[in-house]
Amino acid sequence: MTISIDHLQWMYETMYKIRYYEDKMAEAYTEGKNPVFNIGSGPVPGEMHLATGQEPAAVGICIHLKKEDTVTSPHRPHHHAIAKGVDLNKMTAEIFGKVTGLCKGKGGHMHLFDPDVKFSCGGIVGAGIPHAVGAALTAKKKETDWIAVSFIGEGAANQGAFHESLNMAALWNLPLIIVIENNQYGISVPKSASTSVPSNDIRAAAYGIKGYYVKDNDPVEMYNVSKEAVARARSGEGPSIIEIETYRYLGHFQGDPEVYRDKQEITLLREKDPIIRLRQTLCNEHGIEEQKLSELENRAKQEVEDAFQFARESEYPKPEDALKDLFV
Amino acid sequence: MQKTKQRLLTGNKAMAEAIRLEMERDPNVFVMGEDVGVYGGIFGSTEGLFQKFGSERIIDTPISETAFIGAAIGAASEGMRPIVELMFVDFFGVCMDQIYNHMAKIPYMSGGRVKLPMVLMTAVGGGYNDAAQHSQTLYATFAHLPGMKVVAPSTPYDLKGLMISAIRDDNPVVFMFHKTLQGLGWMDQLDASVGHVPEEAYTVPIGKANVVREGTDITIVGIQMTTHYALEAAQKLEQQGIQAEVIDLRSLVPLDKETILQSIKKTHRLLVVDEDYLSYGTTAEIAAIAAEDGLYDLDAPVKRLAVPNVPIPYSRPLEQFVLPNADKIFTEAMKLVNE
Repeated sequence: MTISIDHLQWMYETMYKIRYYEDKMAEAYTEGKNPVFNIGSGPVPGEMHLATGQEPAAVGICIHLKKEDTVTSPHRPHHHAIAKGVDLNKMTAEIFGKVTGLCKGKGGHMHLFDPDVKFSCGGIVGAGIPHAVGAALTAKKKETDWIAVSFIGEGAANQGAFHESLNMAALWNLPLIIVIENNQYGISVPKSASTSVPSNDIRAAAYGIKGYYVKDNDPVEMYNVSKEAVARARSGEGPSIIEIETYRYLGHFQGDPEVYRDKQEITLLREKDPIIRLRQTLCNEHGIEEQKLSELENRAKQEVEDAFQFARESEYPKPEDALKDLFV
Repeated sequence: MQKTKQRLLTGNKAMAEAIRLEMERDPNVFVMGEDVGVYGGIFGSTEGLFQKFGSERIIDTPISETAFIGAAIGAASEGMRPIVELMFVDFFGVCMDQIYNHMAKIPYMSGGRVKLPMVLMTAVGGGYNDAAQHSQTLYATFAHLPGMKVVAPSTPYDLKGLMISAIRDDNPVVFMFHKTLQGLGWMDQLDASVGHVPEEAYTVPIGKANVVREGTDITIVGIQMTTHYALEAAQKLEQQGIQAEVIDLRSLVPLDKETILQSIKKTHRLLVVDEDYLSYGTTAEIAAIAAEDGLYDLDAPVKRLAVPNVPIPYSRPLEQFVLPNADKIFTEAMKLVNE
């Protein structure tokens, strides 16, 4: 399958942006948490689940999506939000708990809602899948070619919501794609200790739908597979599952002692980093010049820097605003 | 008076020790849950147990709460004594059918013929900006539904003693532990999360509240964090010449009405403080008990302080606005004694 230079460049720039964003967030998260780490301290308190290393899953499919397509995301949502085009200033302000944030400071990093680009996420494992089913049902009822994509981790594929949703989506032939990011661990539990099948695309057979598997965190393969799955969904050929083998470079949350894995594991993974690999592909196979790549990188960095500045300069909500927004 | 050396433990270590002792005593006791193995429980409730008992008795599960809580029910009905961990109480939504339609009802529906000697332990509480889906206590949600004993200890001593009681109880017990009282290195460091814990096995009775401070002017009833806030407020009240009596409920089901009623007989004023939602909550239940059985002992209407009926917001100023604290208790108590 061919992939255009424009698409490759977009994927590269977006992966770069996500990486830069997560690195910067990791840094901001440590503010106020030194020398003693306290989860509730600093400008970004609470749990923080970063997606460093998992960028290919987000960009490889979101490039095929339009504004009208729905994306649901779990507790580790930043890469999906960025790839789907969520307003970066408002998203960052939300994570900093500011009144200018997507949710006026009520949601935080695990609960980002941007109806403008039909993006949502949540902190309960597997809970976004049925919401995507509902969006796909709506797309079908309204006779549009819109689709819904639900991102989950491999751990969520063992929740009832996953199986109930797939059965229903298959039964009703809905335009739904479940992207399973197999980052190898459900917090501390390796996939081999939680899942009865080697990969979840096999489970597609149980629902009579299409299953795809993407090896080794490859953004181009993710692009190719997603292109087919999205085309199928748009043309009424029904739901599919894509499992991508991906890697979480950081802990489940920032501050995770990671007693369950060898530190060496990450060093090895970083050596075959998908962003570096894609950069090499762009240079060596497509003749993109260094200067052009630097331009893309600088643009991405600037956007992230601006978002953080916006977030930091924004005001906190008034305490009594806690009582607003319960009912519309 | 002879002074004995007191061993200090954090809340999480006290809990884990209770489970270890009961597992050594009874081969039918085992643990299932997410990250209870090598990790030792996200909030340390099973710290060190995997290393001691191995994966046969400390079982890491898939993220499948309906299945593993349901499986605990099945195992308990066969005579095992499972302990299952629901990582955050907020996750009850994915498995509540097993909890309240089955765990809580089977003993009753079977006319007492089926026993479910199991413990469902779960982390509760907020105050560290984890937002609406990871910060609730939901005390009253569980206490409302008949068929489960519900405990919510506030000190390492009670965490151990109530855990042992819970494991030995032949009924299903929901054991709620407050994250901030576990004494974990990555959360607020509170003196209250470390305390004297004897090495041997002992029990703290389920259904018995604890008068943690005696006073004559006002009764303040708390649960877990609100007990500690109440104690802090009581010190400030003392500076104003007001002697507050503080009751730590410890158990929500059965509820120790007698201790509350005895206290208001003495103080004639009642303030109930809860980190759960205000409406239809524990504060309302206790106010109702005071109204039904202690009205003539009261010199002023009962006051309640709890989360004002909104989900827990993320942003710090918003969260601090909705959660009770010592200052808010002090203010409410001052109003109440001046009525």
